[in-house]
Amino acid sequence: MTAKSTGKLWLSGNEALALGAFEAGVKVASGYPGTPSTEIMENLSKYEGVYTEWAPNEKVGLEVALGASFVGVRSLATMKHVGMNVAADPLFTSAYTGIRGGLVIINADDPEMHSSQNEQDNRNYAFAAKLPMLEPCDPQEAKEFLKTAYWLSEGYDTPVILRTTTRIAHVKGQVAPGEKTASSVSPEIVKDAAKFVMLPANARNRRKFITERMQKLAEFAETFPENRIEWGDGTRGFITSGISYLYVKEAFPKASVLKLGMVWPLPEKMIRSFAEQVDELFIVEELDPFLELHIKAMGIRCRGKELIPAEGELNPGIVKKAITGEDSSMFAPVALPPRPPNMCPGCPHRGLFYALSKQKVFVAGDIGCYTLGFLPPLSSMDSCVCMGAGVSGVHGMAKALGEEGMGKEVAVIGDSTFVHSGITGLINIVYNDSYSTVIILDNRITAMTGQQPNPASGTNIKGEPANMLNFEELCRALGVKNVVTLNPHNIREARKILREEIDRPEPSVVISRAPCVLIPAEKKRVKIPFRTIRENCTGCMACIGLGCPAIHWVPVTPEEAVRMGFKEKQKGYSAISTELCNGCGQCMELCKFDAIAKEEDR
Amino acid sequence: MSEKGNILFCGVGGQGILLASEVTAYSLLAAGMDVRKSEVHGMAQRGGSVTAHLRYGDTVYSPLISPGEADIVVAFETLEAVRYLPYMHEGSKVIVNTHRIYPPAVATGRMSYPENILDELVQRDIDVRELDAFDIASNVGEVRAVNIVLVGILSTYLPIDEEVYVNVMNERIPERFRDVNIRAFREGRKVAAQ
Repeated sequence: MTAKSTGKLWLSGNEALALGAFEAGVKVASGYPGTPSTEIMENLSKYEGVYTEWAPNEKVGLEVALGASFVGVRSLATMKHVGMNVAADPLFTSAYTGIRGGLVIINADDPEMHSSQNEQDNRNYAFAAKLPMLEPCDPQEAKEFLKTAYWLSEGYDTPVILRTTTRIAHVKGQVAPGEKTASSVSPEIVKDAAKFVMLPANARNRRKFITERMQKLAEFAETFPENRIEWGDGTRGFITSGISYLYVKEAFPKASVLKLGMVWPLPEKMIRSFAEQVDELFIVEELDPFLELHIKAMGIRCRGKELIPAEGELNPGIVKKAITGEDSSMFAPVALPPRPPNMCPGCPHRGLFYALSKQKVFVAGDIGCYTLGFLPPLSSMDSCVCMGAGVSGVHGMAKALGEEGMGKEVAVIGDSTFVHSGITGLINIVYNDSYSTVIILDNRITAMTGQQPNPASGTNIKGEPANMLNFEELCRALGVKNVVTLNPHNIREARKILREEIDRPEPSVVISRAPCVLIPAEKKRVKIPFRTIRENCTGCMACIGLGCPAIHWVPVTPEEAVRMGFKEKQKGYSAISTELCNGCGQCMELCKFDAIAKEEDR
Repeated sequence: MSEKGNILFCGVGGQGILLASEVTAYSLLAAGMDVRKSEVHGMAQRGGSVTAHLRYGDTVYSPLISPGEADIVVAFETLEAVRYLPYMHEGSKVIVNTHRIYPPAVATGRMSYPENILDELVQRDIDVRELDAFDIASNVGEVRAVNIVLVGILSTYLPIDEEVYVNVMNERIPERFRDVNIRAFREGRKVAAQ
């Protein structure tokens, strides 16, 4: 078979969006890492001629992009779906101010919650904020729709939301590079108070403008080529968008399909005409009945969520079974030991959570790799809601329980998360005076999303040196008198410090500091692994209690135990996989029987 | 050999599943086929069970394989092969790396690693090919090349010339890892032919 050259690139949706931003002439882009959106900004930072940054949170990121738009350059904000909640404040009012340079917000939803705490459907934001929303179905469309979004933004004086989902962001497909386009606006300072100063008198005028704008956009939607009908046999008709369109095409290749490239506002005339020409109308969409509700509100008969699941992701098999009852699957799952994600070997969080697991406290947790501290055997997290909720929540617990609760609860939050949303909660603890203890799990990086630098890392998105936020100084400046820093790999010392600080009758901050093992510099560092000295192992399982992927338990029968020189009642022994061990030494610190030693001491 | 197919890669986060699926995807593209691939990043990569769905043909719509429709499954670990049974059908071809990675419940002594678990596949008329890719990779001198050994084995199930893969690896793999990976690929093919 011969190789074929097509001139096309092989890109993920996120890589295609970065290319699209470059081709659209974006000049300023700001975002906060969040799966499945992270790689857009990471890839865009490699292009010439576009300023990119990691912002402390999504609200800051969107406000940066809006500011850039006000002075007339094309700008971009990227975020995951829950990040949109944080950015919702500027989002809703940016609908009023409109833009000067094109402004697009890329929002990545995560149906099935592959890496998220909820699976909210952010199409609802387009409706609620009165903004147009485009939804591509694959990487090629993602790139083209982003360029269209800038054209729409400048043509209709509006921010535009481009919505992806995990199966757009992290799907790879062929993408054709295209022409560079340019903004119709030139960069300059323009004072226009009636448009940019949203106090009531101005905002009321802009509210009227929004109504007119959405009417014009609804008219545009009727002729927008990406809202298109693909006629099939006419018995079954499907209205769908995004990834669900591909599932419908796969499951029903001969059916008639109205594919919506723009999911808000909707082309009512086109929908009505399509509905009249098919025998049975189905709405296929992931998550909420968003299209279905708005189409039913037009008085059009259709079926959607009565057949199609509203929870989790779809696939062609689910769509086919929902409509026809035919099931492509043959085999049910077999019960197996589960394999959840786990903290890496040598992860500093593990030492801290081990120390915390011995304190008998309620651990108000947060969002990051360290949320995995919830899993057994550590089982050291008792709540996780959203970024910052642990810090604010632990204060609420203290106020609710009063003296009864002293020494019984603690908040943990990562370095990046603390900068994102933890600082205000800590200010509240000090200002409103509770005895709460906050542990900052400072591993120097935003780890879960793939090691992005943050304001405390000392580098920027391009890896260049940047100001390094000093947590000790910051916390003292906020009024916290007790700020202690510890090394989480030294578990015994960590336990002692934690007990002291948790029992303290005034606010305290513990900074647990050691670098993530996945930071490039840490990966390069030569690590001397640990090994077990089997004859010394008594099977006490202290090291097993760490839940380290490099340590495993080897069960033995009484006969084997005797043969190996153990006591007959010893149930097994620990073993370290030296190829996985990162040499952190937490296990050696826990071993009371000299059964763990560094490989070099053999 | 039909010109379309669904390949499911499954294993444990950190085993190099993404690179294996990338080399395969580039090779199918170089052979003139349309390809779509779906991965999951983020939390799932932290030592958890992971998959990559790869579909190829003249025109591919869905990037996801539906349950019951995986023609080939490349399992980087034994338990993971069985975990994705619902994606298989009678006659699915399953390549299994028999090297074990203990899931947390097994590593901490709360559960045991099931023995003879691949019988679950064999008794359902699934075509299972067991190999210790870790052993094969050790023999070529690079245990991290397990993923490319499996690509080599997989290549014998696909209608693409060996040269296409070698060209892809020459283009896509950094120079210092290139030779050992090409050796691992060829060793995988050799073992598959035995």
